[in-house]
Amino acid sequence: MVIPPVPPVLYLILSGTLFTIGVIGALTRRNAIIVFMSIEMMLNAVNLTFVTMSRFLQSMDGVLFAFFVMAVSAAEAAVGLAIFVLLYRSRETINVDEIHMLKW
Amino acid sequence: MSENVVNLFQWLIFLGVAFTSIFTSLLVITRKNPIHSALCMVLTFLCVAVLYVLLRNPFIAIIQVIVYAGAIVMLIVFVLMLLDLEEELRSGLKLLYSKVIGGGLAVLFLFGILYAVIATPLTGKTGPYTPDDLTNNVRVIGEVLFTQYLFPFEIASILLVAAIVGAVVLSKKSR
Repeated sequence: MVIPPVPPVLYLILSGTLFTIGVIGALTRRNAIIVFMSIEMMLNAVNLTFVTMSRFLQSMDGVLFAFFVMAVSAAEAAVGLAIFVLLYRSRETINVDEIHMLKW
Repeated sequence: MSENVVNLFQWLIFLGVAFTSIFTSLLVITRKNPIHSALCMVLTFLCVAVLYVLLRNPFIAIIQVIVYAGAIVMLIVFVLMLLDLEEELRSGLKLLYSKVIGGGLAVLFLFGILYAVIATPLTGKTGPYTPDDLTNNVRVIGEVLFTQYLFPFEIASILLVAAIVGAVVLSKKSR
C-alpha cells in the first residue's frame, strides 16, 4: 500500500478556512484590536497560499511575496497600534461602533 | 517503504496542525478577553509556522516565528495592556443581526473559495527551481531577493522606516 503525499488542495482549503475565520472576526467583533488581529490572520492565510503554490509550482516568487507581505504587515502593526493608542487617549474607547468621525 | 513512513507522518502532522490552527483561530474571534485572543493567535501563528516547515520552507517558517509570533503579537499584547479596555458590549438586537449577516456572508465566501479550489485542477507554469533548491532555500531566496526583487526590497525598507517614524510621531504626547 502506498500512502500519497499531502496534496496542495488541502493546504489551500485550510488557508481558505483560516481566511474565512479572519473575515468573520473582522465583520462581527467590535473591539478594534480584535478586528486588527483578524486582519493579521487573513494576511497569514494568504501567506500560506503563496508558500503552498510556490512549493508546488517550484517557483521562488511566492516565497518572496510572502516575505514582502510580512514586511508590510509589520509596518501596518506599528502604525495601526499607534493609531489605537491615540484614539484611546482622545476618545477613551476603541469600540469601532463609536468611532465614526474623522474629526473631533 | 521509508517513503510511506515519511508520508504517513506528514499526514499526521498536517491533520493535527490544521485542526489545531482552525480551533485556535476560532478561539481568537470568540474570546471576550482580548489578551486571551492574542495568546490564541500566537498558537495559530506557530501552527502555520509548522505548516511552512512541512512545506519544506524553513526560511519563511523562521521569519513567521520571529516577525508574527514574536514582534507583532508582542506589540499587540503591549498595547492591550497599555489600554484599559472595558468588556465588549454584549449583543443587543442590532449587533446580533450584524453577527448573523456577517457570518452568513463569510460562510458563502468560504463556499466560493472551496468551489474555486476543488472544481478545477490546479495548474500553472512551473518555475525553474528543483525541489532541492526549494528545500535549502535561504541562499536561493537571497539571490532572487537582491537581483530580481531588489527594487521592491528597497521600497519595503523605506516603508518600514516611514512606519517607524509614523508610529513615533503618532504616539508622541502632544503639547
